[in-house]
Amino acid sequence: MPSPRVYQTEAIVIRRTDLGEADRILTLYTRDLGKIRAVAKGVRRPQSKLGGHVELLTHSRLMLARARNLDIVTQAQTITNFLPLKEDLERTASGLYLAELVDAFTAERAEEPALFDLVLEILAHLAQSTRTDIVLRYSELRLLAQVGYRPELEHCGDCKAPLQPRTNFFSPVHGGVLCHSCGYHEPQARPLSLNALKVLRFWQKCDFATAEKVRLDVGLAAELEAVLQEYIRCLLERQLKSATWLEKLKHMPPTPSPRPSQQSADMS
Amino acid sequence: MSLSGAFYPAEPIARLIEELNRLPGIGPKSAQRLTFYLLRAPAEQVQALAEAIKALKERLQLCSVCLNITDSDPCTICSDPERDRTQICVVEEPIDILPLERTRKYKGLYHVLHGVIAPSEGIGPEELKIKELLTRLQNSQVTEVVLATNPNLEGEATAMYLQRLIAPLGIKVTRLARGLPYGGDLEYADDVTLSRALEGRQEM
Repeated sequence: MPSPRVYQTEAIVIRRTDLGEADRILTLYTRDLGKIRAVAKGVRRPQSKLGGHVELLTHSRLMLARARNLDIVTQAQTITNFLPLKEDLERTASGLYLAELVDAFTAERAEEPALFDLVLEILAHLAQSTRTDIVLRYSELRLLAQVGYRPELEHCGDCKAPLQPRTNFFSPVHGGVLCHSCGYHEPQARPLSLNALKVLRFWQKCDFATAEKVRLDVGLAAELEAVLQEYIRCLLERQLKSATWLEKLKHMPPTPSPRPSQQSADMS
Repeated sequence: MSLSGAFYPAEPIARLIEELNRLPGIGPKSAQRLTFYLLRAPAEQVQALAEAIKALKERLQLCSVCLNITDSDPCTICSDPERDRTQICVVEEPIDILPLERTRKYKGLYHVLHGVIAPSEGIGPEELKIKELLTRLQNSQVTEVVLATNPNLEGEATAMYLQRLIAPLGIKVTRLARGLPYGGDLEYADDVTLSRALEGRQEM
């Protein structure tokens, strides 16, 4: 049976690039088809009926028409707009980073509904959370596990012995932790404190709500970030572009006064 | 594109086809058609076109104040004594000034960022003319900065970033209202636009 000419799916917009005068190519993570790329025509015009329904980090129900090359978005209706995420600089930056992460770890047209649901869950939590750093680390761990790179945290990746409760080593090339004696001789492994290992193990087993209750001091948060960033960089063999911007934002003082949206009323 | 050279032994023809072919929206066939049209066109017309193209790069520069593209420095807007020097409107690209000027509602000055913060493309604040804007605001008579970046995720992020930098200077930061487009249809409006339109509703 030939596949139908039009089809519907739920999608999250994870990337978009301008095309021609007013069109855009969207990279969508869909529930039914996995990652696909599609064209949204005329979407940059203010009167476009697609407009905000296919904006980045938006969860929408889409109707698509098959075309020779890229499919074309014909209708769109927002399901979740994650507005609180888009109204905050740190959350927006974190959301874009996670979108780039999903894009980097997925291949086109390989459906994986569980990953779709995970991305939705992540965005929903990110939109509500005040601890974006915890949401990011926990999300990285969950995403990696979902795409097949769950780090090994119980046994040494080299000698397979159970890990002792002391400082061990994290080795990106081994995909997990090395015991003290194996890791000591591994030039690319970095020391992993016992507390960091405990948090990672805890996160690997718990749900989102519980994960957010973990208290991290500055040093531990920095260590976890460095470990996971190194692991991701090693897997992708490159640095994610949006990670740089996220890092830069950390060194900026928080917004001092109400957001521009709340001030716009007194503009003459 | 050296192929065209094989078909057109006359080098100037092959060269023009190749150059035109590089322009957006112009394929090899359009490039050929344009070339042969110019070949038959009156000499003055071809000369005028060549000069217009040449002037584009030779005579244009960035205004040293607002960084808009101009043929005189400072640009006509920055040097206009009628303009309100207490307002600066920040836009992404030089082309964004045109629609704002068409409204004839804005009398202040501009500042062109030459881009927007796009983390996934690797474009951060350093790539934009943000430092120039902050220098411009130091010890100036500016009392209001109007953020007119595009109403999408990157435009909003850039606006939020700028607001964070400018607000501590004690200057009022405003954002263009976001709501329903004129000539649009409520049925197709997305939730973000509609919720903003509701928040910003006005008594009439």
